[in-house]
Amino acid sequence: MKVIEMPAASDAVKAKLICAGILISGCSGSQSALSPAGAGAEQIASLFWWMAGGATIIWVIMIALSIYTLHLNPDAHHRQKSALFIIGGGAIAPTIILTILLIYGLNLLPALLARPPAGTLQIEVQGYQWWWRVRYPNQSGEPIELANEIRLPRGEPVEFILSSKDVVHSFWIPSLGGKVDMIPGRTTHLTLHPTKTGRFRGACAEYCGASHAYMNFTVDVVEKAEYDEWLAQQSADRLAPRNEAAERGEELFLQTGCGACHTIRGTEADGTIGPDLTHIGSRNSLGADMFVNNRENLQNWIAHVSALKPGVKMPEFRALSDDEYQSLSKYLEQLK
Amino acid sequence: MKPDDMDSEPSNLISEQDRDSAEYRRQSAERLLKAWETPRGWRYWSAVNNSEVGLWYTVASFCFFLFGGVLALLMRIQLAVPGNTFLTADQYNQIFTMHGSVMMFLFAVPIFEAFSIMVLPEMLGARDLPFPRLSAYGFYSFVIGGIFVCGSLFFDAAPKGGWFMYPPLTTSYQPGIGADIWLLGLTFIEIASIAAAIELIVGVLKCRPPGMRINLIPLYCWYILVVAGMILFAFPPLIAGDILLEMERAFDWPFFDPQRGGDPLLWQHLFWIFGHPEVYIVFLPSVALMAMMVPTFARTPMVGYSWVVLSAVGTGFLSFGLWVHHMFTTGLPGISIGIFSAASQAVAIPTGVQLFCFLATFTAGNVKRSVCLHFIFAGLATFIIGGLTGVMVAVAPFDFQAHDTFFIVGHLHYVLIGGTIFPIMAGFYYFFPLVKGKQLSERIGRIVFWLVLIGFNITFFPMHITGLLGMPRRVFTYPADIGFDTLNLISSLGSIILAAGFVLFLYDVVRPRRNQPLSERNPWKAGTLEWLAQMPDQPWGVRTIPIINSRYPLWEQPDFVRDVDEGRFYLPDAVEGRRETLVTTVIDAEPIQCLRVGGPTFLTFFAALFTGGFFIFATYHWWLAAILSGLIAIVVILTWVWTGTAEIPEKEMKDVGLGLSLPLYISGPSAVGWWAMFITMTADITAFVSLIFGYFFYWTIHDDFPPQPLPGPGVFWPVTGLVLVMIAYGLTLLSRRWNRAGYTSAFYLSLSLAAVFSLAGGCALLAGPWLTGLDPTQHVYPAIVWVLTGWTVLHVILGIIMQLYCLARRAAGKMTDRWDADIVNVSLYWHFLALTVVMTVGVIAGFPSVS
Repeated sequence: MKVIEMPAASDAVKAKLICAGILISGCSGSQSALSPAGAGAEQIASLFWWMAGGATIIWVIMIALSIYTLHLNPDAHHRQKSALFIIGGGAIAPTIILTILLIYGLNLLPALLARPPAGTLQIEVQGYQWWWRVRYPNQSGEPIELANEIRLPRGEPVEFILSSKDVVHSFWIPSLGGKVDMIPGRTTHLTLHPTKTGRFRGACAEYCGASHAYMNFTVDVVEKAEYDEWLAQQSADRLAPRNEAAERGEELFLQTGCGACHTIRGTEADGTIGPDLTHIGSRNSLGADMFVNNRENLQNWIAHVSALKPGVKMPEFRALSDDEYQSLSKYLEQLK
Repeated sequence: MKPDDMDSEPSNLISEQDRDSAEYRRQSAERLLKAWETPRGWRYWSAVNNSEVGLWYTVASFCFFLFGGVLALLMRIQLAVPGNTFLTADQYNQIFTMHGSVMMFLFAVPIFEAFSIMVLPEMLGARDLPFPRLSAYGFYSFVIGGIFVCGSLFFDAAPKGGWFMYPPLTTSYQPGIGADIWLLGLTFIEIASIAAAIELIVGVLKCRPPGMRINLIPLYCWYILVVAGMILFAFPPLIAGDILLEMERAFDWPFFDPQRGGDPLLWQHLFWIFGHPEVYIVFLPSVALMAMMVPTFARTPMVGYSWVVLSAVGTGFLSFGLWVHHMFTTGLPGISIGIFSAASQAVAIPTGVQLFCFLATFTAGNVKRSVCLHFIFAGLATFIIGGLTGVMVAVAPFDFQAHDTFFIVGHLHYVLIGGTIFPIMAGFYYFFPLVKGKQLSERIGRIVFWLVLIGFNITFFPMHITGLLGMPRRVFTYPADIGFDTLNLISSLGSIILAAGFVLFLYDVVRPRRNQPLSERNPWKAGTLEWLAQMPDQPWGVRTIPIINSRYPLWEQPDFVRDVDEGRFYLPDAVEGRRETLVTTVIDAEPIQCLRVGGPTFLTFFAALFTGGFFIFATYHWWLAAILSGLIAIVVILTWVWTGTAEIPEKEMKDVGLGLSLPLYISGPSAVGWWAMFITMTADITAFVSLIFGYFFYWTIHDDFPPQPLPGPGVFWPVTGLVLVMIAYGLTLLSRRWNRAGYTSAFYLSLSLAAVFSLAGGCALLAGPWLTGLDPTQHVYPAIVWVLTGWTVLHVILGIIMQLYCLARRAAGKMTDRWDADIVNVSLYWHFLALTVVMTVGVIAGFPSVS
């Protein structure tokens, strides 16, 4: 049985202080389903606008009808007319409208659910409390692993292979398309087709515990060339420390046991419990899109993680000195 | 029964002339009042009469509503601004879990049952429901369970898995007792809800006034029948799910653990098989209220009565075929999504028919305005928005976006506040005079109305947009710069206006009204029986049980009120000082029995207390205390049943007036007790079938289920158990027959033997999984076999207790060859038990060899 420690009362107070200091950020662009940037999202958004328009008209008619009935002269009542009114308004009209809607709506379904053709880019995403492990295929062996950040080439379909290692999560990039749940013991699929470049925000849509609100990620849709370049860079080992502080940071990282949970390719750190940090310095945000990625926030994260993100498994490294925190964060910052 | 069959004692023979004298009328009214007198002082709480219990129940569930509302306000404060630190994540998660659970389990369902307990007998011109003590038991269970569940919030121990409690979050990832409180506390309340549903069904079917044929019953009662029936089939799957989830939490039986063959989706299916009908269980009673109020304010009978009834029944049926639309995003195949998408839209049609019937009634009548009517119309206008957004989310592609976002929060509150709360508010204004004898203020009411309507729309309308902008549900905070801020702030401000409306309403309800004159009788000029009530009402329910030949007797039957007041119908008197009401046939409402119902007692309170103790102690894993409390509960319940049911009357027949004489005791399919047993067992077997569903669910998703080679329970022991229980079953049926035939010793012999065979059968059933060494913690297969076996054996034990009970009743002279309701009802239980055993053995021993 896995046990999640909840922050004690004093932690709650501390969290308030710290959060007041660092503003939680969504530094990551649109999360709106109404400004679509993917084929699925576009179809669903126009479905929505049609339905919203139709619903408004129906509502106005119903209200007008209600007001009319109140002012109607009671003598006008006629049995047969009433029956016609009830059957026509209550059964026949909705049946026609709903049938049309069903044909329109269900027509979208096969395309939204279909698995893409072979050779399509497949990205594996695993949900954890409260972060995302992301794996890109790599022609030369081991998949490329990163976390809480996805980059996609514009104009190409992509299939996400979704699973969860703990509780039920739901993978959702509103601007690109609908969501699909990540269910322990099962594998689910979601195909998206980004049509516009830009930065978008994804979120976990299924309640998954204490920090459900802090389980987000960023999606960058870029042109193919830029994407290839980025992927090549991500597949490389870590950049070696370029200054003394960073060297000291790497040493500290390995000594204090960070490597038990985190991998930094090119070093001895090969833990798989937490997110891969090989290129953490290049990421848009920290803590599954909680904070802007900068040195100060990195340092705060290491020192106060459980106050910042309630229930998180990573322990706080309180025994380190200020100097050591700085070295660590400098090291991580330069892991571009 | 013909008058010449009369067999009453001379003292009860009162000539029609005598009945007409004013003196007789006064005396009989006094005797009647004496019999139905509400206990005074501290004994007041021993009352079981529907008007008291119904009132307490309504007040209690309304208090839970206010509590749930306060929780909602706390959430709105937290979400008013981005990155707010008013609540911690953990507090917020407890609060949103409790808000949903309280509103669903402690308010929406109970208030309908509570209110129905209060008014149903009045609407049916009955003195009380058939089992007043069962209502009291349900009420106390509800209050004890409700306080236990809500109280946990003050100890930072509340459930925090959401009202939907999805595993594995709620199994392996929340070690505190919160989830156990939810599972056991609410299961306890669900059982109380089922008890009330049974009471209401039997009430509608068997306790109608003579002449009120099935096509004349008030629309409210039709809805009650539909909704109570839905509770019967919807709650048991949840109870089955609760059992599985709690077994996993308490004993590590891996029903939802994919590592050991379980599957989290089984819970989602069981939960939503309950959860979707639940929405209609909550919504239909409010339509029922509207169906009573609309004709009154239109001053004309409901247009399209049969259409309303058909649509209500249709909605009830359809609502069981929609649950998968809560799971569109779980990766189901397109074909199931398409089917459930279509079914979910289809439910809009019967709903539409009901709305149009209301509008047609307004068209036909001359509408009288009042605050009630305001709320009815606001309810319709709001609910239509909720219904339209409901149709939108039923279109699966749109649901892929909207699911689990604030769009759904907006949608469901439009449905539940528009469809449920607004009609309930209207109902409060409408029925308040029945309870207090005085009216709520129209002047304050109008202010309440506008505050609630405006506040509600400001709070919930923006949520649709917030959701589409990408805000997921159940987040305790959100960042500042992605467009959620303004809309959330508007929602929070709106909630304050909404709350102000409810506070003002509450003031109007509780303010002292010593100086306010009594309401006139039937203030709304309604046509249905409950408005026979005097202001203030008398505890007898109705002065005399009338003969009905129309849907709106107060409008359509001449001199009706006078005849009732003068006691010119059935049972105008209580000569023996007993509480009596009429039992009629199901379809035609022909009187068949004069039923004596139970009077005040504290037994029901203690029964509820110790039943509650069982569940509460089990939450803390204090097994000894739990078992002790459970045993005491059984003893108290047996005492209650022993002293309060199947009482042998002092005479066969009783003169109930108008030259009619009815038996005081009947057994078998015409008796209310038989119906209650039948309905209870229907619910019981539904829960059992849900467990069986679990077994076959695993079979459909796993190639190696049941595993090969089969680890157990083998064929020999289960089949031996089956044979032994079947012999016991046969002997029980024989003992019923021999008892009736007067073969006393044959009765004793066969029933004692039956008990012995039952015991042996139960042991043999347990021997199967036990001797083959099935370890339920190892894999889901042994776990589900054990659960099915355990369920069955518990029922066998219950069957043995019933057999012993009948033996004891016979020995004590409380059951004879003539007065045999006990053994008849126990045989009925045994029919269901036999079915359960056959299914269990067929599945655990037969299915593996077939597959």
